[in-house]
Amino acid sequence: MAGVLERVFYSGAGQAVAGKLGLPEPEQLRRGRLLPSGSLVLASLAGSALAADTLAHLGQSWTEPLRDTEAEPPAYAERIGALIVDARGVRELAELEGLRAVLRPAVKGLAASGRVILLADAEVDGLEANAVRQALDGINRTVGKELRRGSTSNLIYVTRRVQAADLASTLSFLLEGRSAFVDGQTWTVTTPHRLVEPVEAPTPATPPRLVEPVETPTPANNPQTVPEEVALRPSRRAAATLPATSPLTDRIVVVTGAARGIGAQIATIAARDGATVVCVDVPASGESLAKLANQLHGTALQLDITAPDAGEKIAAHVASRYGEAAWIHGIVHNAGITRDKLLANTDAARWAQVLTVNLAAQLRINPILLDGRPGGLADDGRIVGVASTSGIAGNRGQANYAASKAGVVGLVRALAPELAGRGITVNAVAPGFIETEMTAKIPIVQREVFRRINSLSQGGQPVDVAETIAYFLDPASAGVTGQVIRVCGQNLVGQ
Amino acid sequence: MALPRSAVIVGGNRTPFAKAGGPYAAASNTDLLTAALDGLVARFGLAGRRLDEVAGGAVLKHARDFNLTREAVLGSSLHPTTPAVDLQQACATGLESVIYVANKISLGQADVGIGCGVDSASDAPIAVSERLRRALLSANRARTLPQRLAAFASLRPADLAPVAPQVVEPRTGLSMGQHQARTAERWGITRHAQDELALASHTNLARAWADGFFDDLVTPYLGVTKDTILRADTSLEKLAALKPVFGDTMTAGNSTALTDGAASVLLAEAGWAESQGLPALARIVDAQVAAVDFPDGDDLLLAPTHAAARLLARQGMSLGDFELYELHEAFASTVLATLAAWESAEFCRDQLGLSAPLGSIERDRLNISGSSLAAGHPFAATGGRIVPILAKLLHSRGSGARGLISICAAGGQGVVAILEAV
Repeated sequence: MAGVLERVFYSGAGQAVAGKLGLPEPEQLRRGRLLPSGSLVLASLAGSALAADTLAHLGQSWTEPLRDTEAEPPAYAERIGALIVDARGVRELAELEGLRAVLRPAVKGLAASGRVILLADAEVDGLEANAVRQALDGINRTVGKELRRGSTSNLIYVTRRVQAADLASTLSFLLEGRSAFVDGQTWTVTTPHRLVEPVEAPTPATPPRLVEPVETPTPANNPQTVPEEVALRPSRRAAATLPATSPLTDRIVVVTGAARGIGAQIATIAARDGATVVCVDVPASGESLAKLANQLHGTALQLDITAPDAGEKIAAHVASRYGEAAWIHGIVHNAGITRDKLLANTDAARWAQVLTVNLAAQLRINPILLDGRPGGLADDGRIVGVASTSGIAGNRGQANYAASKAGVVGLVRALAPELAGRGITVNAVAPGFIETEMTAKIPIVQREVFRRINSLSQGGQPVDVAETIAYFLDPASAGVTGQVIRVCGQNLVGQ
Repeated sequence: MALPRSAVIVGGNRTPFAKAGGPYAAASNTDLLTAALDGLVARFGLAGRRLDEVAGGAVLKHARDFNLTREAVLGSSLHPTTPAVDLQQACATGLESVIYVANKISLGQADVGIGCGVDSASDAPIAVSERLRRALLSANRARTLPQRLAAFASLRPADLAPVAPQVVEPRTGLSMGQHQARTAERWGITRHAQDELALASHTNLARAWADGFFDDLVTPYLGVTKDTILRADTSLEKLAALKPVFGDTMTAGNSTALTDGAASVLLAEAGWAESQGLPALARIVDAQVAAVDFPDGDDLLLAPTHAAARLLARQGMSLGDFELYELHEAFASTVLATLAAWESAEFCRDQLGLSAPLGSIERDRLNISGSSLAAGHPFAATGGRIVPILAKLLHSRGSGARGLISICAAGGQGVVAILEAV
C-alpha cells in the first residue's frame, strides 16, 4: 500500500498537486567528482590569500565577486558555480558587512547545486572577535536554509598555520558533488600534526596497459622529437595540482557492515578511490558480502565484530591476505543495528545489543589495531566512525541507538588528540535521513516528513555518506581530525 | 621422496550443505559450484585473477555438464582465461581434484589452482529408458515417416517411464547401503557403536559451528547459513529409535543423507603463496588411491584400508603418526569397519600383506569437527569439505602436525592423503 501511495505521490499528477501543497519535486543534486557548472567566485574579506592559494593548488581559476555597494544590487550575468569567502582575519563586527555585500548577489546568482563556502579563523582573541567568529556560523546556517535548487553553504574554520595543501582536500570535497548532502555544516581544518615529506607528484592516471608499451625512439636517435623542457612544465604542474582522483591507491581500507546499504556504498566509493577494500560483515551475510568483495576486487571477511577477538581477526586477515608488511590505511566502523522501542518498553537485551554492536565493538577493536601488530592500523592512518543525527539530537524510540551514536561522537573527539602524534585522524559522519532499506520501512507519511525536514527537501543517498567518509580517508585530509560532519542536508534536528 | 616444490593449502570455501529437495532444489551443479568458487575468490581477493587451473567435478552429472567446472569458472569472478578440467572418481572426486592440482604444483606445471567438487541430488539428471533411448536414436536416423514410426513400434508403455539415477553398483545390482550392510555384518559392527559415531559427528559439527570455526570456511548460499542436516539436539535415544533401512543396524541416522552442496580448496606453491601475501595452512605430503575386488566379495567401501597401507609404507610412517584423522562417514559402519580392519591382525596380514596390524586410532583425534553424517555428503564436494578443515585444524596445532584423510568411493575405490601443517 505504502508503495502505491508513494508512486502516486511521485507521479506527474501527484507532483502537480504536491507542488501546490508546497512539496515541490526535490532538486536532482550534483554528485560525484563533478565541479559546479558555473565559475568559481572568490572574495577575500581581510586580505587572506589562503583560499586563493588553495584554489591555485587545486588548479582552479576564479573570478572576482560582485559587491552590493551601490543603490541597486548588482546581478551576475551568468549563474555562478560557487562563492568562496575567505573571512580569515575578520575580527570586527563591521567587517561582516563585507560578507553581506558579496553574499547578496551570490545567493541570487548561484547555479543549481551551487556552493557557498566560508573560511574563517579557528582561533581568535578578544570578545568582539569571538562574537564575530560565532556570527559567521549563524550566517552559514541561515544561508544554507535560504539557498534553493540543491545549493549548500558550509563553514570551515582553519587554524593559524594551515596552508593550501592542508585545505585542498576539504575545498575540493566541498566544491565537488561529493558533498551534495552536506549543508549548513561547520568543521575545522588544522595543520597536520606530523608533516610527512611532500610526495612526488602523482602522474596523471592512465588506463592499465594491456600490452607492452611500444618503445619510443630515444632523443639521441630522433632529435626532432625531443620535447622542450618548457613544454613539459605545464603538464607537470597540472599533475601536481590536480586533486588526486584515486587517492587511496595501494591502501587498505576496512569497512564493517559492508554487505549492504551504506556500508556497501562506503566500500564501493573507497574502491573507486583506489583502495583495496576488506569487506567485513557477519557470517550470515556472507553471500552478498562475497559478491561485493569480488565486484570491488577486494576481500571478504566474515566476522561478528562483537566477538572478543574481532580486532585480532581483522589484523590477522590483513596480514595473511596482504602480507606481514601490510597495514590498514583506514577502518570505517559502519556496522550498526537498531532495536527501536520507547524507553518504557526497552529491556536490557535491546539496550545491550545496540550498544554492543554500535559502540562497544569499535572501542575494543581500535586499541588492537593500534598496538603495532602486523595487519594493524598504519601511522598516518584513518579511523572513521558512523554517528547519527539521532545521536546528536535524540530521537523518540531510539534511546539505545542515540546512546550508541552520541557515544561515537564522544569517542571520536577523545581519540583524535590521543592519536594526533601518530598522524592518525579520527572522525565521524552523522547521517540524517538516508534512503536505505532501513528507512524504506518507515510508514510513508512519516517518511515523507523525515525526508523533507531539511534544507534540500529530500533524503540523502548512501553514496553521500560514503563520499564524506572517503574525504576523511583521503591521505590529503591529514588536517581533519576529531570532526563530526553531518550528512543530513541541514536537517532541522539537533545542533 | 622430497619434492622440489611444495603444494600448500591456502584455504577453502564451501556452501552450507543442504538436504536434497530442500533450499537448493532449484540450484544446478553449475550454480552451486560457482557459488563455492565465488566465496573462495572473495575470501582470498582473487577476483579478476587468472589461476593456472581449476579442477573439479560432480558424480551426478547432466550430459550438458560435460564442461561443468569450466562453466562454473566462467560464471565466477575469476578471470575468464582461467582453464578448468572435469574429473570424476565417484565420492573421491573432490579429494582427487585437490591431489591433481597439488601434483601439478609439485611438478612445476602450476603455481596456483583450485580443487573442487559439487553434487546436487535434487537436480539429478533423469534419463529415458534404454529401449526408448535406442528408439529415439533410430528415429533420428530414419529417412522416411514409416521408418520413423517403425522405430517406435517395439516400445511398451513401461519404456516411457523416466529413469532416475541410483546409487547402485552395476556389477552387483546392490545399492551402496546394501553392500555396506554386508560389511557391517561381516565386521560385527553394532547398532550402538554406529549411533555413537553418528552422535559424535553431530555433536562435533554443532560445536564447530557454535565456535565460529566455519566463519572462514563456509559462505552462505541462497539464504542458507548453516548445514541443514545437522541436528545439534540429537541424542543416542533419538538415534536408537530410528528403524533400520539397510540390514539390521543401519538407519537414516547413521547413514549419510542425500545432500546438495559444493566445496573448493585453494592450493598454491609454497613460495608463490608467500610472494602473494597468501597464507599457507598445510602442505599435501602424499596421496594414494586403491581399489578392491568387490564383485568377487571384497567389502565395497574398504579400499581406503589398502590405500593407507601402501601410503604409510611409502612414507615410512605408521598409523599412529597423525595428530588428526578425517575418515569420511559414508556410513557410520564404514568408519567403524575401517578402524576394525586396521586393528585386525588377520585382515592386515591376509589382505594388506602386513606382518602386524596397522593399529588403532584414538577417537578424540577422529573427525573432531564432525563429518559427513552430520554435515551431509554431496558426493564430489566431500573432499573439498574435508581438506580445508583438516588443514586449518593442523595449522592451529603448529608446524609439522600431520593428519590423514580417507575417503571411500563407489566402484570399490578409496583415496587417502597426508597433510602436514606448515
